[in-house]
Amino acid sequence: MKNKEPLILVVVVAFTLLTYWLVEPYAHSVMHKHVESQNFAYADLKPLTKTGNAAAGKDLVMGAAACTGCHSIEKAGMPSAMDAVSAAASYGVNPPDLSNAGAIYDAKFLADVIVNPAHALKVEHKFDASKGKMHPMAPFAGAGGELEQEVADMVAYLQSIAVKPDQVTPKMAYENACGRCHSVSYEKWTQIGEKPAFKFEKDSLAFDIKVLEYQESLTKYMGKLPPDLSMYIRSRGEHFISTFIENPQAHLEGTAMPRVGVTADAAHKVIEYLEDAGDTKRHERASVGKMVLIFSVVFAIFALLWKKQVWKNLH
Amino acid sequence: MGKAFGAVAGVGAVGSLVAMKKTWDPLPSVKAAGFTTLDMSIYKEGEIITEKWRGKPIFVLRKTAAMVAKQTESQKARDVVVGDAHYMLAIGLCTHLGCIPAYIPAEESFLCACHGGQFNWAGEVTKVPPPRGFDIPPFKIDGTKVILGEVGPEYQKMKDSGVTL
Amino acid sequence: MAHFTKATSVKDWLNQRLAIETVEKVMASEYWIPKNINFLWAMGMVLAITFSLLLVSGIFLLMYYQPDVKDAFYSVNYTIMRDVDYGWLWRHIHGVAASVVFLIIYIHMFTGIYYGSYKKGREMIWVSGMLLFVTFSAEAFSGYMLPWGQMSYWAGMVITNIFSLGGLHLDGLVEWIRGDYVPAQAFLTRFFMLHVLLLPLAIMGLIGLHFAALRIPHVNNQDGEEIDFEAESKKYLAGDTAGSKVIRFANDFMSKDLMVVGFFLIFFFYLVFFQYGFALDPVNFDPADGLKTPAHIYPEWYFLWSYEILRPFSVNIGLVAFGFAQVIFVLLPWLDRSPNAVPASRRGMFKVWFWVLLVDMIVLTAMGKLPPEGIFSTIGLVAALLFIVLWIALPFITKNEKKA
Repeated sequence: MKNKEPLILVVVVAFTLLTYWLVEPYAHSVMHKHVESQNFAYADLKPLTKTGNAAAGKDLVMGAAACTGCHSIEKAGMPSAMDAVSAAASYGVNPPDLSNAGAIYDAKFLADVIVNPAHALKVEHKFDASKGKMHPMAPFAGAGGELEQEVADMVAYLQSIAVKPDQVTPKMAYENACGRCHSVSYEKWTQIGEKPAFKFEKDSLAFDIKVLEYQESLTKYMGKLPPDLSMYIRSRGEHFISTFIENPQAHLEGTAMPRVGVTADAAHKVIEYLEDAGDTKRHERASVGKMVLIFSVVFAIFALLWKKQVWKNLH
Repeated sequence: MGKAFGAVAGVGAVGSLVAMKKTWDPLPSVKAAGFTTLDMSIYKEGEIITEKWRGKPIFVLRKTAAMVAKQTESQKARDVVVGDAHYMLAIGLCTHLGCIPAYIPAEESFLCACHGGQFNWAGEVTKVPPPRGFDIPPFKIDGTKVILGEVGPEYQKMKDSGVTL
Repeated sequence: MAHFTKATSVKDWLNQRLAIETVEKVMASEYWIPKNINFLWAMGMVLAITFSLLLVSGIFLLMYYQPDVKDAFYSVNYTIMRDVDYGWLWRHIHGVAASVVFLIIYIHMFTGIYYGSYKKGREMIWVSGMLLFVTFSAEAFSGYMLPWGQMSYWAGMVITNIFSLGGLHLDGLVEWIRGDYVPAQAFLTRFFMLHVLLLPLAIMGLIGLHFAALRIPHVNNQDGEEIDFEAESKKYLAGDTAGSKVIRFANDFMSKDLMVVGFFLIFFFYLVFFQYGFALDPVNFDPADGLKTPAHIYPEWYFLWSYEILRPFSVNIGLVAFGFAQVIFVLLPWLDRSPNAVPASRRGMFKVWFWVLLVDMIVLTAMGKLPPEGIFSTIGLVAALLFIVLWIALPFITKNEKKA
């Protein structure tokens, strides 16, 4: 009698893999738009041609360019002019603190956002100056010198005060680039900061009300409340999030979400933050998985040996 | 006697089934929370707004003058008129299997992502599988307000003529 | 009262009271299985193991799960996935096993169809198996509601809407099933009850029936050979184990079962730890939102073929076709008019029928997931019609089958 088992196994595995391929990789490739990563090169933005002078930049940032009218720079001893809730009421969203902007955001992006915010942020469909819809961030038109040089100086200043790029933590990157619009409730992160542990419920509720007030302004500004990102690493996956951060319009034309202009490194940090929130046990899963698979192979070997022993007398 | 005993036991079983069926019914609180009042004066022409009634999305579209002018007889029958404004008022669920179609302003129509059904701006179905246009929720016109969940004469007329279920 | 003597051992004590030696013979050492079988005959054991994995992982999930629309998503994705030690492990095992169990059920089912294991005397094995398929489907669906994510909610909405039965407009029935106008608290709690109590009880009862149905007609074999179990078992007990056509359930058959289980577990745990996306749909990691339909709604892969039979038609015809697909498999022992209980390869036209059905169901499965547009809806319609035609044709092509 011929042993048909190898053939049967091939048939079963082939049909299983075919079905899997059809309903998973193939169906998803049809259903979802595929967006390639550009490695955060921001090729549409002009490269900086001038070498910036941080000291000159400091004078501009603090003085003529009036950045600190809206942005705090806590590292340089410039506190914010108002609290997050009032800032959101005025601008729609709380302007970011610029202490570490030089490490988190791409230099080309920073340069462009200073002179033309709606362009750098890719929200020109929403803020069209010719239709009288101005972006809440006023563009910098120059302080008398050469514009390109002045912008380069300001970027150089921001880079000089920021932490070294390799010292940017996942939390720092997330809070600065994403956290003023997106809460991450599983990390207790709200749009106005991490919710502290309050001793009295009254204080806790007061904090919640501040968050709700902030969210109200934000909803008006964005059209709808930006989603909580706690589980986004599982619901969207790393590739989607990474390419979406790089250019939201490529995925979702007309979305109100701006391009945030983070560097590739900062984007990785953001992803890491989301992994810690929504896929906290991934390292444990990988290590336990390896052990369980090794055990399963040993189990199968012993099962095979026992079967051979039992069946020795049956053939 | 055995059969008689069986019959008595059967009566008990049927009685308990009645109790079990009733326990699965929607609760009185669920049924009572079924009324929503809409202020119809706040809607802008040509803009789709989604309200909520009994947990279901309700589409309200204040028709533009152009839409009103080109209405066919069947579309007029679905028209909800409050004062001198015309509205498309409907349960925003695809009549096929209950997904929420999205409004595409450029095409003035609704597209259901689930099975590809389409509806026009008046709420009529234009592409199967949905078997009929959007259902219209029971409503009663009260001045510039509309109360969803209550049956007014305008709704009764639509129901009687088979415009909605 | 029976006569009891002073026990000579614990085993003897138990034997006097529970007849464990007789039970052991009936259930294991003298439960005779044909020797001429291949690894497909181990799928029953693989299913039993997978079901046990579901049961055990389910018990641990039950300890932290909250059946409340406000807390359900959080209790699954935060409490179980982040807080509970190894909570993620139980969830991954539960989710992956729920999907893999259907793969094995389909292999088990098509094995039965291929080898004619539903023929005269074995009808109840088939019928109880199909009842298990239905209860497993209900169990899978009710369990899918529990994380209360976007797919839970919208699958719940779409599937319960089927009970309005199209043109009959039984909206009252739909609301009765849900306990609300839309899937909400009452809906979640009652599906929770079904998932953790009523349906598992039904499944365990049906597994008992399925096993019992097997005992009298015995397991089929690879060549459809009629075996005289009495004579062959005597041969075995007389010491001619190599010459006998039968083997003991334990340890002979079981050792082969467990070997297959061993290889299966490598595959299973690989999926649990490294390739779980197919079973834990990404969309269901978004919390349920009744005002926002996901861009694509599709059931889990194992329901796709019957979903695709519903989809390409207008609503009433679609429902009739769907109902047809649900019950038709149960009738297989009576629709197949040939008495031949042999492999499909020796059954002429039936062989063609078998492979066409298998491929057609895979096509339906693929089309059920793809968006219903253009060429996909055409292929889906053709495949759905072919499915119906195949089953209508079955009695005719098997009626005149030659005796194999």
